[in-house]
Amino acid sequence: MSQGVQVAGVYVRDQDEALQFYVEKLGFEVHTDARNGDYRWLTVKHPEQPTFQLGLFKPQPPVIDETTAQTLEEAVAKGAMPPLVLLVDDCRAAYDQMRQRGVEFTQEPIDRYGNVDASFRDPSGNGWKMLQARRA
Amino acid sequence: MRVSLDPKLLRRLLRSKDAMDAASYEEWPVERLARVSGVSQAHFARSFKQAFGLPPHRYLLTRRIERAKALLRDTELSVTDVAFQTGWNSLGTFGRIFRDITGESPSELRRRESAVAHPLDRVPHCYVSAAHRPDLKIAVSEKRRLDGGDMRAPEEAEVP
Repeated sequence: MSQGVQVAGVYVRDQDEALQFYVEKLGFEVHTDARNGDYRWLTVKHPEQPTFQLGLFKPQPPVIDETTAQTLEEAVAKGAMPPLVLLVDDCRAAYDQMRQRGVEFTQEPIDRYGNVDASFRDPSGNGWKMLQARRA
Repeated sequence: MRVSLDPKLLRRLLRSKDAMDAASYEEWPVERLARVSGVSQAHFARSFKQAFGLPPHRYLLTRRIERAKALLRDTELSVTDVAFQTGWNSLGTFGRIFRDITGESPSELRRRESAVAHPLDRVPHCYVSAAHRPDLKIAVSEKRRLDGGDMRAPEEAEVP
């Protein structure tokens, strides 16, 4: 594939905390971790999806002014950011493993017409739906 | 005026909102919600309202009605069963609050919804339910008064 979405990101309150969460608890890998002064470009990738990077971005100056950054941090903490969906082969197994690692689940795995889904949040408040899709 | 709250506090308040989302049929007195959020009882309700724009018990009502609507739409359960499964102890209270919020009775909604097809099978369940959430900006009792010119005192407290 030579065209497509390369990076999409979430806002996080603390990049170290987010990195630890996505790598140690979810099994992502670091793709890029580059600093320029106070600014840090940080992306991770799913081990089975090498061409897509998930950015873990802190809303902060100089990219975003202080006031707007505060508003964004509040919105993230209130769970108001857009939906994220993580596809897994076995939702219940992933749920057990992630729960043991201390992931905050907001919904246990539920069967819905052959799909199984659960919900969790990252430490900042971003909400993920974890989906095991019905076999075609 | 918009009040700015500490994101760490907001993140904890989100836990009690998530808890109500996950089990809206359960009882959620303030002391239980405050414990989930790690906030003192004295501050919980006010902080929740500052954060999410409505008091916690009213948020719970919207979630219960939303779930009731889904059950009426998607299952064959009787209205009585729907009421008890969504957390009401009284069928009368359920019917009245349902009408106050949605503008129709449970059976009217069921009749209307059963006549319409729902091509929503490509949208994850949680987002479908969010889209059907009733928009409850004022107190149910207040809405009832505005709608019906009803000046009687409410027979039962609104808190479910």
